[in-house]
Amino acid sequence: MEKLNYITGNEASVLGAIEGGADSFFGYPITPATEILEGWIKKSEENKNLNYLQTEDEIAAGFAVIGAILAGKKAFTATAGIGHVLMQDPISMAENERLPFVGIIAQRGGPSTGTVIYSQQELNLASYGGNGDGLRIVYSASSVSEVYYLSQKIFSTAWKYRFPTFLLTDGYLAKQRVNTRLEKYLKPFPASKILKEIKEKPTHLRNCYGSETEFANILKRNIRDYKNLIDKISESESYLTSNAEYLIIAHGSVASAVKDSVDILRDNNIKIGLLRPITIRPLDSRNIRRLALKAKKVFIIESAFEQFARMIIYKVPEIANKTAKIFKPAEGFTPDEIASLINEKL
Amino acid sequence: MTKIIDKNFSMPKCFNQNSKPSLYCPGCGQSIFLKHFGFVIDELSIQNKITLGIDIGCSLLAWNFFNFDIVQTHHGRSVPVAVGYKLSNRRRIVVSIMGDGGGYAIGLQSLLHATFRNNPISVFVLNNTGYSMTGGQMAPTSIPGEITTTSPAGKDPKTSGRAFHGPELIKQLSDDKSYIARASVSNPILLQKMIKKTLENQIKNNSFSFLEVLVPCPTNWKTTAKESFEFLSKLENEFPIGEMTRNEK
Repeated sequence: MEKLNYITGNEASVLGAIEGGADSFFGYPITPATEILEGWIKKSEENKNLNYLQTEDEIAAGFAVIGAILAGKKAFTATAGIGHVLMQDPISMAENERLPFVGIIAQRGGPSTGTVIYSQQELNLASYGGNGDGLRIVYSASSVSEVYYLSQKIFSTAWKYRFPTFLLTDGYLAKQRVNTRLEKYLKPFPASKILKEIKEKPTHLRNCYGSETEFANILKRNIRDYKNLIDKISESESYLTSNAEYLIIAHGSVASAVKDSVDILRDNNIKIGLLRPITIRPLDSRNIRRLALKAKKVFIIESAFEQFARMIIYKVPEIANKTAKIFKPAEGFTPDEIASLINEKL
Repeated sequence: MTKIIDKNFSMPKCFNQNSKPSLYCPGCGQSIFLKHFGFVIDELSIQNKITLGIDIGCSLLAWNFFNFDIVQTHHGRSVPVAVGYKLSNRRRIVVSIMGDGGGYAIGLQSLLHATFRNNPISVFVLNNTGYSMTGGQMAPTSIPGEITTTSPAGKDPKTSGRAFHGPELIKQLSDDKSYIARASVSNPILLQKMIKKTLENQIKNNSFSFLEVLVPCPTNWKTTAKESFEFLSKLENEFPIGEMTRNEK
Protein backbone atom coordinates (compact mmCIF):
# COMPACT_ATOMS: atom_id res chain seq x y z
CA MET A 1 0.00 0.00 0.00
CA GLU A 2 1.23 3.46 -0.89
CA LYS A 3 2.66 5.41 2.06
CA LEU A 4 0.70 8.57 2.79
CA ASN A 5 1.81 11.44 4.97
CA TYR A 6 -0.64 13.29 7.16
CA ILE A 7 0.46 16.87 6.52
CA THR A 8 -0.89 20.37 5.78
CA GLY A 9 -0.59 22.21 2.48
CA ASN A 10 1.97 24.60 3.91
CA GLU A 11 4.02 21.66 5.20
CA ALA A 12 3.76 20.12 1.74
CA SER A 13 5.12 23.38 0.28
CA VAL A 14 8.17 23.28 2.54
CA LEU A 15 8.85 19.58 1.91
CA GLY A 16 8.27 19.96 -1.81
CA ALA A 17 10.53 23.01 -2.11
CA ILE A 18 13.36 21.18 -0.33
CA GLU A 19 12.86 18.11 -2.53
CA GLY A 20 12.91 20.47 -5.54
CA GLY A 21 16.35 21.72 -4.53
CA ALA A 22 15.44 24.98 -2.79
CA ASP A 23 18.12 26.14 -0.37
CA SER A 24 17.21 29.73 0.56
CA PHE A 25 14.05 31.37 1.86
CA PHE A 26 13.26 35.01 2.57
CA GLY A 27 9.90 36.04 3.91
CA TYR A 28 7.65 38.03 6.15
CA PRO A 29 4.76 36.53 8.13
CA ILE A 30 1.26 36.77 6.64
CA THR A 31 -1.76 34.52 7.01
CA PRO A 32 -2.33 32.01 5.47
CA ALA A 33 1.28 31.56 4.24
CA THR A 34 3.12 31.98 7.56
CA GLU A 35 3.68 28.27 8.24
CA ILE A 36 5.92 28.09 5.17
CA LEU A 37 8.30 30.59 6.81
CA GLU A 38 8.05 28.77 10.16
CA GLY A 39 8.36 25.32 8.60
CA TRP A 40 11.39 26.34 6.55
CA ILE A 41 13.17 27.76 9.60
CA LYS A 42 12.46 24.57 11.51
CA LYS A 43 13.93 22.49 8.69
CA SER A 44 16.98 24.76 8.52
CA GLU A 45 17.80 23.82 12.10
CA GLU A 46 18.19 20.19 10.98
CA ASN A 47 19.82 20.96 7.64
CA LYS A 48 22.55 23.59 7.71
CA ASN A 49 22.50 23.94 3.91
CA LEU A 50 19.17 25.73 4.18
CA ASN A 51 19.49 29.51 4.49
CA TYR A 52 16.82 31.96 5.53
CA LEU A 53 16.14 35.48 6.69
CA GLN A 54 12.94 36.89 8.14
CA THR A 55 13.08 40.33 6.54
CA GLU A 56 11.62 43.72 7.48
CA ASP A 57 8.86 43.50 4.85
CA GLU A 58 7.86 41.67 1.67
CA ILE A 59 9.71 44.12 -0.57
CA ALA A 60 12.99 43.29 1.16
CA ALA A 61 12.11 39.57 1.14
CA GLY A 62 11.63 39.64 -2.64
CA PHE A 63 14.81 41.61 -3.30
CA ALA A 64 16.81 39.34 -0.99
CA VAL A 65 15.44 36.37 -2.98
CA ILE A 66 16.82 38.11 -6.07
CA GLY A 67 20.21 38.61 -4.37
CA ALA A 68 20.38 34.90 -3.52
CA ILE A 69 19.29 33.89 -7.04
CA LEU A 70 22.06 36.05 -8.53
CA ALA A 71 24.48 34.05 -6.39
CA GLY A 72 23.09 30.83 -7.88
CA LYS A 73 20.74 29.77 -5.10
CA LYS A 74 17.34 28.20 -5.58
CA ALA A 75 15.73 30.87 -3.42
CA PHE A 76 12.05 31.58 -2.89
CA THR A 77 9.45 33.35 -0.83
CA ALA A 78 5.90 32.69 0.29
CA THR A 79 3.31 35.38 0.74
CA ALA A 80 -0.36 36.32 0.43
CA GLY A 81 -2.77 39.18 -0.10
CA ILE A 82 -1.36 42.61 0.53
CA GLY A 83 2.11 41.10 1.03
CA HIS A 84 1.78 39.75 -2.49
CA VAL A 85 1.00 43.33 -3.58
CA LEU A 86 4.27 44.62 -2.04
CA MET A 87 6.12 41.71 -3.63
CA GLN A 88 5.32 43.08 -7.11
CA ASP A 89 8.25 45.52 -6.82
CA PRO A 90 10.92 42.76 -6.81
CA ILE A 91 8.91 40.48 -9.11
CA SER A 92 8.79 43.25 -11.68
CA MET A 93 12.60 43.42 -11.61
CA ALA A 94 12.79 39.62 -11.93
CA GLU A 95 10.46 39.77 -14.93
CA ASN A 96 12.63 42.44 -16.56
CA GLU A 97 15.97 40.71 -15.95
CA ARG A 98 14.62 37.17 -16.60
CA LEU A 99 15.48 35.98 -13.09
CA PRO A 100 14.13 32.61 -11.87
CA PHE A 101 12.17 34.13 -9.00
CA VAL A 102 9.96 31.59 -7.24
CA GLY A 103 6.98 32.40 -5.02
CA ILE A 104 4.30 30.37 -3.30
CA ILE A 105 1.14 32.43 -2.98
CA ALA A 106 -1.46 31.30 -0.45
CA GLN A 107 -4.42 33.37 -1.64
CA ARG A 108 -6.62 35.22 0.87
CA GLY A 109 -9.61 37.51 0.43
CA GLY A 110 -9.13 40.96 -1.05
CA PRO A 111 -8.89 43.75 -1.96
CA SER A 112 -6.84 45.20 0.87
CA THR A 113 -6.54 43.22 4.09
CA GLY A 114 -9.84 41.53 3.16
CA THR A 115 -10.14 38.18 4.88
CA VAL A 116 -7.32 35.98 6.08
CA ILE A 117 -8.05 32.54 4.68
CA TYR A 118 -9.49 32.09 1.27
CA SER A 119 -10.08 33.39 -2.22
CA GLN A 120 -8.99 32.94 -5.82
CA GLN A 121 -8.53 36.66 -6.22
CA GLU A 122 -4.75 36.73 -6.57
CA LEU A 123 -4.85 35.25 -10.05
CA ASN A 124 -4.52 38.58 -11.84
CA LEU A 125 -1.85 39.80 -9.43
CA ALA A 126 0.27 36.66 -9.77
CA SER A 127 -0.17 36.62 -13.55
CA TYR A 128 -0.08 40.29 -14.49
CA GLY A 129 0.88 42.17 -11.32
CA GLY A 130 3.89 44.10 -12.57
CA ASN A 131 4.23 47.12 -14.82
CA GLY A 132 4.97 44.86 -17.77
CA ASP A 133 3.12 42.29 -19.85
CA GLY A 134 3.00 39.43 -17.36
CA LEU A 135 5.70 37.14 -18.71
CA ARG A 136 5.35 34.85 -15.73
CA ILE A 137 4.54 31.21 -15.12
CA VAL A 138 1.70 30.50 -12.70
CA TYR A 139 0.56 27.10 -11.44
CA SER A 140 -2.60 26.48 -9.42
CA ALA A 141 -2.73 23.49 -7.06
CA SER A 142 -5.97 21.79 -6.21
CA SER A 143 -4.92 19.27 -3.56
CA VAL A 144 -2.24 18.98 -0.89
CA SER A 145 -0.57 16.18 -2.87
CA GLU A 146 -0.40 18.49 -5.84
CA VAL A 147 0.97 21.30 -3.65
CA TYR A 148 3.86 18.96 -2.80
CA TYR A 149 4.48 17.99 -6.42
CA LEU A 150 4.24 21.51 -7.83
CA SER A 151 6.37 22.97 -5.01
CA GLN A 152 9.21 20.91 -6.46
CA LYS A 153 8.41 21.59 -10.07
CA ILE A 154 8.27 25.42 -9.87
CA PHE A 155 12.03 25.59 -9.19
CA SER A 156 12.90 23.56 -12.25
CA THR A 157 10.49 25.49 -14.46
CA ALA A 158 11.85 28.84 -13.22
CA TRP A 159 15.52 27.90 -13.69
CA LYS A 160 15.01 26.15 -17.01
CA TYR A 161 13.00 28.89 -18.69
CA ARG A 162 14.15 31.90 -16.62
CA PHE A 163 10.76 33.46 -15.98
CA PRO A 164 9.36 34.26 -12.51
CA THR A 165 7.32 31.23 -11.46
CA PHE A 166 4.53 31.00 -8.90
CA LEU A 167 2.42 28.38 -7.23
CA LEU A 168 -1.05 29.48 -6.18
CA THR A 169 -2.63 27.82 -3.22
CA ASP A 170 -5.13 29.26 -0.74
CA GLY A 171 -5.71 29.13 3.00
CA TYR A 172 -8.01 26.09 2.75
CA LEU A 173 -5.33 24.13 0.96
CA ALA A 174 -2.51 25.58 3.05
CA LYS A 175 -4.01 24.76 6.42
CA GLN A 176 -5.93 21.52 5.85
CA ARG A 177 -4.15 18.44 7.19
CA VAL A 178 -4.83 15.45 4.98
CA ASN A 179 -3.30 12.19 3.85
CA THR A 180 -0.87 13.29 1.19
CA ARG A 181 0.93 11.47 -1.59
CA LEU A 182 4.56 12.57 -1.82
CA GLU A 183 5.23 12.10 -5.51
CA LYS A 184 8.69 13.10 -6.69
CA TYR A 185 9.25 15.38 -9.64
CA LEU A 186 11.70 13.44 -11.76
CA LYS A 187 13.29 16.09 -13.93
CA PRO A 188 14.98 18.56 -11.58
CA PHE A 189 16.81 21.39 -13.34
CA PRO A 190 19.93 22.76 -11.64
CA ALA A 191 20.62 26.34 -10.58
CA SER A 192 23.79 28.19 -11.57
CA LYS A 193 25.44 31.50 -10.70
CA ILE A 194 23.90 34.38 -12.62
CA LEU A 195 26.57 36.85 -11.53
CA LYS A 196 29.51 34.72 -12.63
CA GLU A 197 32.18 36.32 -10.41
CA ILE A 198 34.72 36.31 -13.24
CA LYS A 199 36.82 39.48 -13.35
CA GLU A 200 37.83 39.00 -16.99
CA LYS A 201 34.22 38.66 -18.07
CA PRO A 202 32.07 40.57 -15.60
CA THR A 203 28.29 40.29 -15.63
CA HIS A 204 26.50 43.63 -15.83
CA LEU A 205 22.77 43.35 -15.25
CA ARG A 206 20.37 46.23 -15.60
CA ASN A 207 16.65 46.77 -15.91
CA CYS A 208 16.73 50.35 -17.20
CA TYR A 209 17.47 51.31 -20.80
CA GLY A 210 18.10 54.64 -22.43
CA SER A 211 16.78 53.70 -25.85
CA GLU A 212 13.24 52.57 -26.67
CA THR A 213 14.51 50.48 -29.59
CA GLU A 214 17.10 48.69 -27.45
CA PHE A 215 14.54 47.84 -24.78
CA ALA A 216 11.90 46.88 -27.34
CA ASN A 217 14.30 44.31 -28.79
CA ILE A 218 14.76 42.77 -25.36
CA LEU A 219 11.00 42.64 -24.80
CA LYS A 220 10.50 41.06 -28.23
CA ARG A 221 13.05 38.37 -27.40
CA ASN A 222 11.35 37.72 -24.03
CA ILE A 223 7.90 37.47 -25.64
CA ARG A 224 9.27 35.08 -28.28
CA ASP A 225 10.84 32.90 -25.55
CA TYR A 226 7.58 32.96 -23.60
CA LYS A 227 5.54 31.92 -26.64
CA ASN A 228 7.98 29.08 -27.29
CA LEU A 229 7.50 27.62 -23.83
CA ILE A 230 3.68 27.54 -23.96
CA ASP A 231 3.45 24.08 -25.53
CA LYS A 232 6.21 22.75 -23.32
CA ILE A 233 4.80 23.71 -19.96
CA SER A 234 1.07 24.42 -20.19
CA GLU A 235 -0.95 21.65 -18.63
CA SER A 236 -4.48 20.80 -17.59
CA GLU A 237 -6.44 17.89 -16.19
CA SER A 238 -9.59 16.57 -17.82
CA TYR A 239 -12.09 14.71 -15.66
CA LEU A 240 -14.91 12.73 -17.34
CA THR A 241 -14.80 14.95 -20.41
CA SER A 242 -14.72 12.29 -23.15
CA ASN A 243 -18.50 11.95 -23.58
CA ALA A 244 -19.44 15.17 -21.80
CA GLU A 245 -22.19 17.41 -23.17
CA TYR A 246 -21.53 20.04 -20.56
CA LEU A 247 -18.15 21.33 -19.40
CA ILE A 248 -17.11 23.03 -16.19
CA ILE A 249 -13.84 24.97 -16.19
CA ALA A 250 -12.38 25.65 -12.75
CA HIS A 251 -8.97 25.65 -11.03
CA GLY A 252 -7.45 25.21 -7.57
CA SER A 253 -9.65 24.38 -4.59
CA VAL A 254 -12.82 25.13 -6.57
CA ALA A 255 -11.87 22.47 -9.12
CA SER A 256 -11.47 19.96 -6.34
CA ALA A 257 -15.07 20.66 -5.21
CA VAL A 258 -16.23 20.57 -8.84
CA LYS A 259 -14.87 17.04 -9.23
CA ASP A 260 -17.32 15.87 -6.55
CA SER A 261 -20.09 17.93 -8.16
CA VAL A 262 -19.44 16.18 -11.48
CA ASP A 263 -19.90 12.82 -9.72
CA ILE A 264 -23.17 14.03 -8.17
CA LEU A 265 -24.46 15.33 -11.52
CA ARG A 266 -23.35 12.17 -13.33
CA ASP A 267 -25.35 10.13 -10.79
CA ASN A 268 -28.34 12.13 -12.05
CA ASN A 269 -27.51 11.20 -15.65
CA ILE A 270 -26.14 14.58 -16.62
CA LYS A 271 -23.24 14.14 -18.99
CA ILE A 272 -20.84 16.68 -17.54
CA GLY A 273 -17.07 16.90 -17.10
CA LEU A 274 -14.39 19.11 -15.60
CA LEU A 275 -11.48 20.81 -17.28
CA ARG A 276 -8.94 22.03 -14.73
CA PRO A 277 -6.05 24.21 -15.90
CA ILE A 278 -2.95 23.41 -13.82
CA THR A 279 -1.04 26.27 -15.41
CA ILE A 280 -2.89 29.58 -15.33
CA ARG A 281 -0.04 31.34 -17.15
CA PRO A 282 0.33 30.11 -19.81
CA LEU A 283 -3.05 28.40 -20.17
CA ASP A 284 -3.35 25.08 -21.96
CA SER A 285 -5.38 26.82 -24.66
CA ARG A 286 -5.34 23.87 -27.03
CA ASN A 287 -7.15 21.57 -24.60
CA ILE A 288 -9.46 24.35 -23.43
CA ARG A 289 -10.47 25.16 -27.01
CA ARG A 290 -10.96 21.54 -27.97
CA LEU A 291 -13.24 20.71 -25.05
CA ALA A 292 -15.04 24.04 -24.75
CA LEU A 293 -15.98 24.26 -28.44
CA LYS A 294 -17.60 20.83 -28.50
CA ALA A 295 -19.57 21.33 -25.26
CA LYS A 296 -23.26 22.28 -25.44
CA LYS A 297 -22.79 24.64 -22.55
CA VAL A 298 -19.75 25.77 -20.52
CA PHE A 299 -19.62 26.78 -16.86
CA ILE A 300 -16.76 28.81 -15.44
CA ILE A 301 -16.66 28.79 -11.65
CA GLU A 302 -14.28 30.75 -9.46
CA SER A 303 -13.96 32.31 -5.99
CA ALA A 304 -13.29 35.70 -7.58
CA PHE A 305 -15.12 38.11 -9.86
CA GLU A 306 -14.32 37.59 -13.55
CA GLN A 307 -10.57 37.00 -13.12
CA PHE A 308 -10.31 33.41 -14.33
CA ALA A 309 -13.32 33.71 -16.68
CA ARG A 310 -11.75 36.67 -18.47
CA MET A 311 -8.58 34.66 -19.12
CA ILE A 312 -10.49 31.65 -20.48
CA ILE A 313 -12.89 33.59 -22.68
CA TYR A 314 -10.01 35.64 -24.09
CA LYS A 315 -8.50 32.36 -25.30
CA VAL A 316 -11.80 30.95 -26.68
CA PRO A 317 -14.02 33.96 -27.46
CA GLU A 318 -16.47 31.76 -29.45
CA ILE A 319 -17.82 30.26 -26.21
CA ALA A 320 -18.87 33.61 -24.71
CA ASN A 321 -22.56 33.18 -25.55
CA LYS A 322 -22.87 29.62 -24.30
CA THR A 323 -20.96 30.17 -21.07
CA ALA A 324 -22.55 30.59 -17.64
CA LYS A 325 -20.27 32.22 -15.10
CA ILE A 326 -20.52 31.55 -11.38
CA PHE A 327 -18.56 33.94 -9.18
CA LYS A 328 -18.25 33.97 -5.40
CA PRO A 329 -15.40 36.38 -4.67
CA ALA A 330 -13.50 35.35 -1.53
CA GLU A 331 -16.02 32.57 -0.69
CA GLY A 332 -15.71 28.84 -1.13
CA PHE A 333 -18.07 26.36 -2.79
CA THR A 334 -19.35 23.00 -1.62
CA PRO A 335 -19.88 20.21 -4.19
CA ASP A 336 -23.66 20.11 -3.45
CA GLU A 337 -23.90 23.84 -3.94
CA ILE A 338 -22.12 23.68 -7.30
CA ALA A 339 -24.30 20.74 -8.40
CA SER A 340 -27.50 22.61 -7.61
CA LEU A 341 -26.26 25.88 -9.18
CA ILE A 342 -25.51 23.96 -12.36
CA ASN A 343 -28.83 22.13 -12.31
CA GLU A 344 -30.59 25.51 -12.21
CA LYS A 345 -28.70 26.73 -15.28
CA LEU A 346 -28.93 23.65 -17.52
CA MET B 1 51.64 63.98 -1.78
CA THR B 2 52.93 63.92 -5.34
CA LYS B 3 51.96 60.30 -5.56
CA ILE B 4 48.35 61.02 -4.69
CA ILE B 5 48.13 63.85 -7.22
CA ASP B 6 49.52 61.55 -9.92
CA LYS B 7 47.05 58.88 -8.96
CA ASN B 8 44.13 61.26 -9.28
CA PHE B 9 45.06 62.11 -12.83
CA SER B 10 45.09 58.45 -13.80
CA MET B 11 42.16 56.04 -13.84
CA PRO B 12 41.57 52.97 -11.70
CA LYS B 13 42.58 49.66 -13.27
CA CYS B 14 39.22 48.11 -12.40
CA PHE B 15 37.36 50.63 -14.61
CA ASN B 16 35.46 49.19 -17.56
CA GLN B 17 37.03 51.32 -20.29
CA ASN B 18 34.19 50.44 -22.68
CA SER B 19 31.80 52.39 -20.46
CA LYS B 20 33.94 55.54 -20.58
CA PRO B 21 33.45 58.42 -20.95
CA SER B 22 30.65 57.82 -18.48
CA LEU B 23 27.19 59.31 -18.78
CA TYR B 24 27.52 61.40 -15.63
CA CYS B 25 27.13 65.17 -16.02
CA PRO B 26 30.29 67.29 -15.99
CA GLY B 27 31.29 68.07 -12.41
CA CYS B 28 29.11 65.29 -10.94
CA GLY B 29 30.29 64.21 -7.51
CA GLN B 30 29.09 60.62 -8.05
CA SER B 31 31.64 59.99 -10.78
CA ILE B 32 34.33 61.55 -8.57
CA PHE B 33 33.34 59.13 -5.81
CA LEU B 34 33.34 56.16 -8.22
CA LYS B 35 36.88 56.99 -9.30
CA HIS B 36 38.14 56.99 -5.71
CA PHE B 37 36.15 53.84 -5.02
CA GLY B 38 37.94 52.24 -7.99
CA PHE B 39 41.35 53.28 -6.68
CA VAL B 40 40.62 51.66 -3.32
CA ILE B 41 39.52 48.44 -5.02
CA ASP B 42 42.81 48.45 -6.95
CA GLU B 43 44.76 49.13 -3.77
CA LEU B 44 43.08 46.32 -1.83
CA SER B 45 43.34 43.98 -4.86
CA ILE B 46 39.71 42.92 -4.49
CA GLN B 47 38.51 43.33 -8.07
CA ASN B 48 37.94 39.57 -8.32
CA LYS B 49 36.15 39.42 -4.96
CA ILE B 50 33.61 42.20 -5.19
CA THR B 51 29.94 42.24 -6.24
CA LEU B 52 28.16 45.57 -6.55
CA GLY B 53 24.46 46.35 -6.33
CA ILE B 54 23.29 49.79 -7.40
CA ASP B 55 20.07 51.76 -7.18
CA ILE B 56 18.20 53.62 -9.87
CA GLY B 57 18.45 57.40 -10.25
CA CYS B 58 21.89 58.69 -11.18
CA SER B 59 23.46 55.60 -9.54
CA LEU B 60 22.16 53.45 -12.38
CA LEU B 61 24.59 55.16 -14.75
CA ALA B 62 27.23 53.00 -13.02
CA TRP B 63 25.62 49.73 -14.20
CA ASN B 64 28.71 48.80 -16.27
CA PHE B 65 31.22 51.23 -14.75
CA PHE B 66 33.68 48.59 -13.45
CA ASN B 67 35.11 45.27 -14.56
CA PHE B 68 33.37 43.24 -11.88
CA ASP B 69 29.80 42.00 -11.47
CA ILE B 70 27.22 44.77 -11.11
CA VAL B 71 23.45 44.47 -10.76
CA GLN B 72 21.18 47.47 -11.08
CA THR B 73 18.15 47.09 -8.84
CA HIS B 74 15.16 49.29 -7.98
CA HIS B 75 14.91 52.50 -5.97
CA GLY B 76 16.11 51.83 -2.43
CA ARG B 77 16.48 48.07 -3.06
CA SER B 78 20.19 47.54 -3.55
CA VAL B 79 20.52 46.91 0.20
CA PRO B 80 18.16 43.88 0.39
CA VAL B 81 19.67 42.49 -2.83
CA ALA B 82 23.13 42.82 -1.25
CA VAL B 83 21.85 41.18 1.96
CA GLY B 84 20.48 38.20 -0.01
CA TYR B 85 23.66 37.88 -2.05
CA LYS B 86 25.97 38.03 0.96
CA LEU B 87 23.93 35.45 2.83
CA SER B 88 24.31 33.16 -0.18
CA ASN B 89 28.01 33.75 -0.73
CA ARG B 90 29.70 34.78 2.49
CA ARG B 91 33.19 34.99 0.99
CA ARG B 92 32.18 37.67 -1.47
CA ILE B 93 32.67 41.38 -0.69
CA VAL B 94 29.20 42.76 -1.32
CA VAL B 95 28.64 46.46 -1.84
CA SER B 96 25.60 48.65 -2.33
CA ILE B 97 25.75 52.16 -3.78
CA MET B 98 22.77 54.50 -3.89
CA GLY B 99 21.70 58.09 -3.56
CA ASP B 100 20.24 59.88 -0.54
CA GLY B 101 16.67 59.34 -1.77
CA GLY B 102 17.29 55.60 -2.04
CA GLY B 103 19.00 55.42 1.32
CA TYR B 104 17.00 57.79 3.47
CA ALA B 105 13.53 57.93 1.88
CA ILE B 106 12.24 54.94 -0.12
CA GLY B 107 14.86 52.46 1.09
CA LEU B 108 15.28 53.63 4.69
CA GLN B 109 13.44 50.67 6.18
CA SER B 110 15.86 48.20 4.59
CA LEU B 111 18.88 50.34 5.51
CA LEU B 112 17.79 50.51 9.16
CA HIS B 113 17.25 46.77 9.38
CA ALA B 114 20.47 45.85 7.57
CA THR B 115 22.27 48.05 10.12
CA PHE B 116 20.27 46.60 12.99
CA ARG B 117 20.96 43.00 11.95
CA ASN B 118 24.61 43.88 11.31
CA ASN B 119 24.50 42.34 7.84
CA PRO B 120 28.12 42.20 6.65
CA ILE B 121 27.80 44.41 3.58
CA SER B 122 29.30 47.81 2.68
CA VAL B 123 26.81 50.53 1.85
CA PHE B 124 27.64 53.88 0.25
CA VAL B 125 25.03 56.64 0.17
CA LEU B 126 25.95 59.50 -2.14
CA ASN B 127 24.29 62.58 -0.72
CA ASN B 128 23.74 65.53 -3.04
CA THR B 129 20.68 66.76 -1.09
CA GLY B 130 18.26 66.10 -3.92
CA TYR B 131 16.68 63.80 -6.49
CA SER B 132 18.90 64.47 -9.45
CA MET B 133 17.87 62.04 -12.19
CA THR B 134 14.28 63.30 -11.99
CA GLY B 135 15.39 66.92 -12.22
CA GLY B 136 16.22 68.21 -8.75
CA GLN B 137 13.38 67.57 -6.33
CA MET B 138 13.61 68.07 -2.56
CA ALA B 139 15.02 65.13 -0.61
CA PRO B 140 15.02 64.41 3.13
CA THR B 141 18.63 65.62 3.06
CA SER B 142 17.82 69.01 1.47
CA ILE B 143 18.88 71.69 3.92
CA PRO B 144 16.51 74.33 5.36
CA GLY B 145 15.98 77.04 2.76
CA GLU B 146 17.32 74.90 -0.12
CA ILE B 147 15.53 75.73 -3.34
CA THR B 148 14.47 72.69 -5.37
CA THR B 149 11.69 72.08 -7.91
CA THR B 150 9.42 70.82 -5.12
CA SER B 151 10.48 73.47 -2.61
CA PRO B 152 10.57 76.50 -4.90
CA ALA B 153 10.38 78.92 -1.96
CA GLY B 154 13.14 77.05 -0.13
CA LYS B 155 12.77 73.95 2.08
CA ASP B 156 10.54 74.80 5.02
CA PRO B 157 11.61 72.74 8.06
CA LYS B 158 8.15 73.22 9.59
CA THR B 159 6.48 71.16 6.89
CA SER B 160 9.35 69.15 5.42
CA GLY B 161 11.69 68.57 8.34
CA ARG B 162 15.26 69.70 8.82
CA ALA B 163 18.15 68.09 6.94
CA PHE B 164 18.12 64.29 7.39
CA HIS B 165 21.25 62.97 9.06
CA GLY B 166 21.57 59.35 7.95
CA PRO B 167 24.81 58.10 9.53
CA GLU B 168 23.94 59.72 12.87
CA LEU B 169 20.57 57.92 12.81
CA ILE B 170 21.74 54.46 11.88
CA LYS B 171 24.67 54.63 14.29
CA GLN B 172 22.12 54.37 17.10
CA LEU B 173 20.98 50.97 15.80
CA SER B 174 24.37 49.63 14.87
CA ASP B 175 26.55 46.90 16.28
CA ASP B 176 29.81 47.84 18.04
CA LYS B 177 31.76 46.33 15.17
CA SER B 178 30.03 48.25 12.42
CA TYR B 179 31.80 51.16 10.75
CA ILE B 180 29.70 54.26 10.08
CA ALA B 181 31.10 57.51 8.73
CA ARG B 182 30.60 60.52 6.47
CA ALA B 183 33.06 61.86 3.90
CA SER B 184 33.05 64.50 1.19
CA VAL B 185 34.58 64.48 -2.28
CA SER B 186 36.19 67.82 -1.35
CA ASN B 187 38.82 65.87 0.61
CA PRO B 188 39.92 62.97 -1.59
CA ILE B 189 42.62 61.72 0.77
CA LEU B 190 40.22 61.33 3.66
CA LEU B 191 37.54 60.02 1.29
CA GLN B 192 39.78 57.18 0.09
CA LYS B 193 40.77 56.33 3.65
CA MET B 194 37.12 56.07 4.65
CA ILE B 195 36.16 54.06 1.55
CA LYS B 196 38.96 51.68 2.45
CA LYS B 197 37.74 51.34 6.03
CA THR B 198 34.16 50.78 4.81
CA LEU B 199 35.34 47.86 2.67
CA GLU B 200 37.90 46.50 5.12
CA ASN B 201 35.44 46.45 7.99
CA GLN B 202 33.23 44.05 6.03
CA ILE B 203 36.24 41.86 5.26
CA LYS B 204 37.95 41.89 8.66
CA ASN B 205 35.07 42.26 11.10
CA ASN B 206 32.31 40.63 9.05
CA SER B 207 30.13 43.59 9.99
CA PHE B 208 27.86 46.21 8.52
CA SER B 209 29.81 49.14 7.12
CA PHE B 210 28.45 52.45 5.94
CA LEU B 211 29.79 55.61 4.36
CA GLU B 212 27.79 58.66 3.37
CA VAL B 213 29.62 60.79 0.82
CA LEU B 214 28.70 64.43 0.17
CA VAL B 215 28.74 64.93 -3.60
CA PRO B 216 28.05 68.03 -5.68
CA CYS B 217 25.33 68.11 -8.35
CA PRO B 218 26.13 71.21 -10.41
CA THR B 219 23.35 70.39 -12.91
CA ASN B 220 20.53 70.58 -10.40
CA TRP B 221 22.17 72.97 -7.98
CA LYS B 222 22.62 75.21 -11.04
CA THR B 223 26.08 76.13 -9.82
CA THR B 224 29.41 76.86 -11.47
CA ALA B 225 32.47 74.82 -10.43
CA LYS B 226 33.38 77.42 -7.81
CA GLU B 227 29.81 77.73 -6.52
CA SER B 228 29.48 73.94 -6.36
CA PHE B 229 32.39 73.69 -3.96
CA GLU B 230 31.03 76.66 -1.98
CA PHE B 231 27.71 74.87 -1.53
CA LEU B 232 29.52 71.62 -0.75
CA SER B 233 31.41 73.46 1.96
CA LYS B 234 28.08 74.72 3.34
CA LEU B 235 26.85 71.12 3.39
CA GLU B 236 29.96 70.05 5.28
CA ASN B 237 28.92 72.47 8.03
CA GLU B 238 25.44 70.97 8.12
CA PHE B 239 26.63 67.34 7.84
CA PRO B 240 29.81 66.84 9.90
CA ILE B 241 32.55 64.79 8.24
CA GLY B 242 34.02 61.97 10.29
CA GLU B 243 33.41 58.60 11.91
CA MET B 244 30.24 58.32 13.95
CA THR B 245 30.08 57.47 17.59
CA ARG B 246 26.94 56.36 19.38
CA ASN B 247 25.11 58.69 21.78
CA GLU B 248 25.17 56.65 24.97
CA LYS B 249 22.39 57.20 27.46
